[in-house]
Amino acid sequence: MSAVIDHTAHAGHDHHHGPAKGLMRWVLTTNHKDIGSMYLWFSFIMFLVGGSMAMVIRAELFQPGMQIVEPEFFNQMTTMHGLIMVFGAVMPAFVGLANWMIPLMIGAPDMALPRMNNFSFWLLPAAFGILLSTLFTEAGGPNFGWTFYAPLSTTYAPESVTFFIFGVHLMGVSSIMGAINVVATILNLRAPGMTLMKMPLFVWTWLITAFLLIAVMPVLAGCVTMMLMDIHFGTSFFSAAGGGDPVLFQHVFWFFGHPEVYIMILPAFGAVSAIIPAFARKPLFGYTSMVYATASIAFLSFIVWAHHMFTVGIPLTGELFFMYATMLIAVPTGVKVFNWVSTMWRGSMTFEAPMLFAVAFVILFTIGGFSGLMLAIAPADFQYHDTYFVVAHFHYVLVPGAIFGIFASAYFWLPKWTGHMYDEVLAKTHFWMSFIGMNLAFFPMHFVGLAGMPRRIPDYNLQFADFNMISSIGAFTFGASQLLFLFIVIKCIRGGKPAPAKPWDGAEGLEWSVPSPAPYHTFSTPPEVK
Amino acid sequence: MSQTHEQYYVPAQSKWPIIATIGLSTTLYGLGAWFNDLSAERAESNGPLIMFVGALFLAYMLHGWFADVIRESRGGLYSAQMDRSFRWGMSWFIFSEVMFFVAFFGALFYVRTISGPWLGGEGDKGVTNMLWEGFEFTWPLLSNPDNKLFPPPSAVIDAWQLPLINTILLVTSSFTVTFAHHALKKNKRGALKAWLAVTLVLAVAFLALQVEEYIFAYQELGLTLGSGIYGATFFMLTGFHGAHVTMGAIILAVMLVRIMKGHFDAEQHFGFEAASWYWHFVDVVWIGLFIFVYVL
Ligand code: HEM
Ligand SMILES: [Cu+2]
Repeated sequence: MSAVIDHTAHAGHDHHHGPAKGLMRWVLTTNHKDIGSMYLWFSFIMFLVGGSMAMVIRAELFQPGMQIVEPEFFNQMTTMHGLIMVFGAVMPAFVGLANWMIPLMIGAPDMALPRMNNFSFWLLPAAFGILLSTLFTEAGGPNFGWTFYAPLSTTYAPESVTFFIFGVHLMGVSSIMGAINVVATILNLRAPGMTLMKMPLFVWTWLITAFLLIAVMPVLAGCVTMMLMDIHFGTSFFSAAGGGDPVLFQHVFWFFGHPEVYIMILPAFGAVSAIIPAFARKPLFGYTSMVYATASIAFLSFIVWAHHMFTVGIPLTGELFFMYATMLIAVPTGVKVFNWVSTMWRGSMTFEAPMLFAVAFVILFTIGGFSGLMLAIAPADFQYHDTYFVVAHFHYVLVPGAIFGIFASAYFWLPKWTGHMYDEVLAKTHFWMSFIGMNLAFFPMHFVGLAGMPRRIPDYNLQFADFNMISSIGAFTFGASQLLFLFIVIKCIRGGKPAPAKPWDGAEGLEWSVPSPAPYHTFSTPPEVK
Repeated sequence: MSQTHEQYYVPAQSKWPIIATIGLSTTLYGLGAWFNDLSAERAESNGPLIMFVGALFLAYMLHGWFADVIRESRGGLYSAQMDRSFRWGMSWFIFSEVMFFVAFFGALFYVRTISGPWLGGEGDKGVTNMLWEGFEFTWPLLSNPDNKLFPPPSAVIDAWQLPLINTILLVTSSFTVTFAHHALKKNKRGALKAWLAVTLVLAVAFLALQVEEYIFAYQELGLTLGSGIYGATFFMLTGFHGAHVTMGAIILAVMLVRIMKGHFDAEQHFGFEAASWYWHFVDVVWIGLFIFVYVL
């Protein structure tokens, strides 16, 4: 990580100039750029770890029948894959981007609470260290799915569930502190003249994401605490024998869970809203409507949670309410897609890697949105629920949604972070391999899902064999291409064409007004925004 | 929003966050190991020891980190803008605490109004009643679906005895802490100390009565964590509230010590204000508890 070079000319405090030397720089740092880099690297490592688990899953599913792993281990793989990707890869990547970019975008000297920022980061390796270590215990790691429904995760859980619970607590503490930091930074540290409605959309979407995080991570904490009590202290929250209800678990979990899926996509919306205008060389179409659409999505995300529970047995009025409320979300989401497309309309577009990922984002995320709408139709969901169709849906919103958003951001801002241009040819190769790989992997899942293949099962009926083999080949392609990404990033850090302060001619915003690489301290005195 | 922009204080490197991480994760790891050993009825457990080591780290960190912040604040390093960061930080932290309680209140309302009656045979979902035929749902729930697995309580705590006294204590303490704040703003240090001390006494009295209530519940009423959903929600809500009162009381005690040492003045006293916000928050939660757990 040689991204940050010594700088002599900056107006900071006398007692700290450039970065400190050695390992302790990273352990003790309060610098938003250091912490941002650590978040991004951590997330990438988790992405590879969680990705390897996906490879195990796809290898087992390559052919029908049981070949490679025991079913018990298969369950641990699906569970850990989900948990790691959600909490270890996607969320920290966005926090990393927030750390790097929000202060640069709003003209702030750092995050509002820099020491707490360091604390938020280091909790994550601790949490995932604990979680991953359970895989090596005798009884095995968590095996109840990333949604950890009771009583599978209480009465019938392996011992590791206790460490899982405390791991989730650590992640929650980290997320809440990180989110508080983001809110305080945005509300309090904007440069003079930067009114709320002048903020870049990435900042807006993160402000709203942070609100969602602060609102729902504590509910998740409450949820796992009830589990802990049921497991160890004889309470009966999720046991009907004592007057409780296992369905209560699902309500509490999804009250967290649905806003959580928006936590994973809103920052990507923001990043794409910065990237598309830059490469279409046109201002973003409908800035104000973007802000209101994001806020509406966030509001609606609190009243749709039971669309994950259509088949569990809720009253008809509940089914109808949650069905229509869920469909309403398509309206603000549609506004956003419309705005992105309109921004491109008649623009002078070029297709460098960030733009390729951004355009793919718009198209493929929309496909995921449509399958979401299908799932939202309560009577139809009785057929789709717990099949590969759901897996196809959420991978379409998460992989070309959240993950492509992160790739697009990484390529877009790598020149600013490292001071070098990345290798465009390799990056485009990375894009096309990822694009083809992920569509091959996930599109056939729609078909096998509609035909009834259940999710989370290591074996399947012969009729699904061909599609599954295609899926696995696609998944291996996608997985391999991420090693290429690793190579591209390292190459870019170590050298390459020097990047100017503003490497993309259509880009706008304060972050492009500082040199590349961004000095260790920026905006010690706030810039004036007109 | 643009006020005067002094230099915003960005602290140099700090060892506290990493110590906090080590402390918190070690504590929780030890706690987990201990719980597992308890439930598996293993004779020996190294959980408590691990937990204790972690707690030592945490105590060291809390002391050191806050000492740094206090030193910086009193050294005049904090601008008005920094003060606002702390205010935003504290407000959103309290909001997150509110949402934590929302999860438990939500569970209570759900059981009382939705799943409980279903279990008793009402509504569309009346079929669940077939699991325990003849089960009748009442609140407080004095007979559980499976009384062997979850022995029910013989009675529950009467709202109009200890809980009422506790309500009076806590509401009064919310007033006294506000009086203390006003005294601080008018620079009346004597009154400040007195009102803060009164607040602390009320807090301790509240906690003592709460302990007495728990003992009574366990010994006389058979109302325990394991006595079905009534006991579960009762102890979870009042227990977490009690833990928050304890936290709040410790924070207020630290404030009292700092005031004795001459910290804070009429203008600059966000540390104190944050403590009082927190105190009002536990008070409001209690009102909710009193109404929905005890009275109704
Ligand atoms: C138009 C927008 C969307 C609609 C209408 C929608 C609807 C749904 C519905 C009804 C389900 C439940 C299906 C079932 O279990 O039977 C579901 C599952 C899921 N959705 Fe979406 N969704 C939308 C957008 C998103 C987005 C943006 C994300 C994440 C970035 C997302 C992530 C997920 C995940 C992770 C699951 C599966 C959870 C699980 O059971 O493991 N969805 N969606
Ligand atoms: Cu959802």
